[in-house]
Amino acid sequence: MTSTTRKSTATRGRGGAANTAPPRPGASRVRRSHRRWAWGFLAPVTLYLLAFYAYPLYRNVELSLREYTVRSFVQGGAPFAGLDNYRTVLTDPAFWPTLTHTVVFTAASLAFQFSIGMALALFFRQHFPLSGTLRALILVPWLLPLIVSASTWSWLLNSDSGLVNAALGVVGVDQVNWLTSPGWSLTSVIIANIWIGIPFNLVVLYSGLQAIPTEVYEASALDGATGWQRFWSITFPLLRPVSAITLLLGLIYTLKVFDIIWIMTRGGPTDSSATLATWSYRLGFGNLLPEFGPGAAVGNLLIVMALIAGLVYIRIQRRQNLR
Amino acid sequence: MTGLSRRRRLAAVAVTALCALAGAGCSSTTDGPSDGGAYLVWDPYPQFADDSEWVALLKKCGTSAGVTVERTGYDTTDLTNKALLAAQQGNSPDVLIVDNPVISTLAEAGALTTTEENKLDVSSMEANLLGAGQRDGRTYGVPIGANTLALYYNKDLLTAAGVDPASVKDWTSLTAALTKVKAKGKKGITFSAIGTEEGSFQFLPWFWGSGAQLTALDSPQAVSALTLWTDWLKQGHSPNSVINNTQTTSWQEFATGDYAFAENGTWQLANAEKLGFAYGTIAIPASAGGPAPAPTGGEFVSIPVQNKTDRYAASQKLVACLTSADNLLTTDTTLSYVAPVAAVQERQAAADPKLKVWVEAVRAAKGRTGDNLGTKYPKISEPLWTAVQAALSGAKSPREALTAAQAAATAR
Repeated sequence: MTSTTRKSTATRGRGGAANTAPPRPGASRVRRSHRRWAWGFLAPVTLYLLAFYAYPLYRNVELSLREYTVRSFVQGGAPFAGLDNYRTVLTDPAFWPTLTHTVVFTAASLAFQFSIGMALALFFRQHFPLSGTLRALILVPWLLPLIVSASTWSWLLNSDSGLVNAALGVVGVDQVNWLTSPGWSLTSVIIANIWIGIPFNLVVLYSGLQAIPTEVYEASALDGATGWQRFWSITFPLLRPVSAITLLLGLIYTLKVFDIIWIMTRGGPTDSSATLATWSYRLGFGNLLPEFGPGAAVGNLLIVMALIAGLVYIRIQRRQNLR
Repeated sequence: MTGLSRRRRLAAVAVTALCALAGAGCSSTTDGPSDGGAYLVWDPYPQFADDSEWVALLKKCGTSAGVTVERTGYDTTDLTNKALLAAQQGNSPDVLIVDNPVISTLAEAGALTTTEENKLDVSSMEANLLGAGQRDGRTYGVPIGANTLALYYNKDLLTAAGVDPASVKDWTSLTAALTKVKAKGKKGITFSAIGTEEGSFQFLPWFWGSGAQLTALDSPQAVSALTLWTDWLKQGHSPNSVINNTQTTSWQEFATGDYAFAENGTWQLANAEKLGFAYGTIAIPASAGGPAPAPTGGEFVSIPVQNKTDRYAASQKLVACLTSADNLLTTDTTLSYVAPVAAVQERQAAADPKLKVWVEAVRAAKGRTGDNLGTKYPKISEPLWTAVQAALSGAKSPREALTAAQAAATAR
């Protein structure tokens, strides 16, 4: 799949180079009218991107660079504060714990979602009776509205009346305060988030597996490769491009996860499960007196983190293409 | 080179075109609500559909003020941001009904008219309820009804445990009652200590009941109040889930019938009738006895600032109609609130003797943003609920938690 896209970009690149060859008379007018058409087609999407992406982003940056109070938010005239809001956020005692939670939450979620998703994808590759039905059932977490799944998880993990503690009680384990002890809250939201993320990984990896030609497996079987060898020498390397995009999308998605944490723990107790996303919300909206500036600053930090991840991905992909 | 500059020029054209479009969009929306006879009303009662008594009352008051009412119900937490954004865009509703502590935030933003400007009469309103809507001697709205907190108790359970609810007069007797209940194998008391404003709201009766002031979160009295809650958790009188409980989930726990007491509000009265056991209510006791001052809940009707000041006259008529004695009685009965006017309170208590406890509780209650705290309150409340969470979850001792809270409150 990737080899064809690579080839098509290459031809496009060469075609572009051909265009710069000395023009034949009359060709430039044709090209100009072509270009006008091209702009015509580009205009709607450009306007859309400007109105719904560029402008909000610009507003968010502006919000983070000014000292907004509720008064100046409504009446205007907030003084320019430079990087003061960022300084406030970075020197806040909550910053490093929150950043650590964000990293742990994202890394743990991705690692488990991906490996469980991969295991399930491999499992479903072997067609067996009812495999289609089972696969569809596993998609359920993805289809449920987040508020429903997060509320269900918070009932399950309730300290006193939750099903999980009841089940653990049968085995003789003492009550675990999943959501209400600072030691467990982050783990609990990670568990819920893994459950929600598995279907996405399963679907993308499963479709990636379909694209691997079966002949390769047949050849390796003839060579006497074991299942383990087949996975590490064929499946995993051939699945690398799909894995990379799955992980990147998962990363961006997980960095900004807000609903699950907010519904389950409100980022608490005492910020023990707060991530940058919940912190940004708490600053901007979680209080009777909103602090828009610092809230926007935290939001921008999140965007920068996702952007860096995206750039790293592009770089890795480019290096792979060069090879 | 030329291609690049042309591209830039085109981009510039696109941006200007967009701005013009956006500008047109903005100005047309600003005109929107001020056009014709339609007056916009925003309220935090999304539970009421268009065929409800509340909406019927709004329409009726609109007709008597000579305008048509267009009403939108928002989720209460959503409404603060909606109101601020609308004020920024210059398309505020004509009448805005919001939770009382939000009034001081919106007044600070300059989004609300004072009673001097809008000519609303607030003289009949109870002073302790009106306090939440006043800053620096100016009044920014009219309370439409009040609610507050009290202790619901499970009559059957207390009788079985041999506790007379009348004996619960102070913290010592309350804890003694909880111990008796625990000896019977039942659970003591449930409340909500969630890490939001709701948590502070529920903690305040105990905080104020100890004699503590919001200006000194680390006072010995404050520590005693937080120690009371922490000890209940440690001794198993309260479930650990209170740390994450909203007032609704706390009520659900009480409704199971396993709990002797629950701290909850007037708004649960309708649900209380559906309980599978007999219930009663008592005022939340103060540390040394007597009812503790609970914080007032409930909404204010306000008239946001408009570009066209000639709209205030009709808005004033509309609000005056909504807050007239008879209509207050209807509204507060529907919302299961206590009226903000003494005469109406008495009519409520006469019609339903169960409301007597609540009327008394509302009279003893005080506004969170009162005492001229105004917009300082949110900066105190957040450290306070954080301290409650820290102490209950065992992350810090009550004293450490409140010392940190006071430091955080003064730093902001």
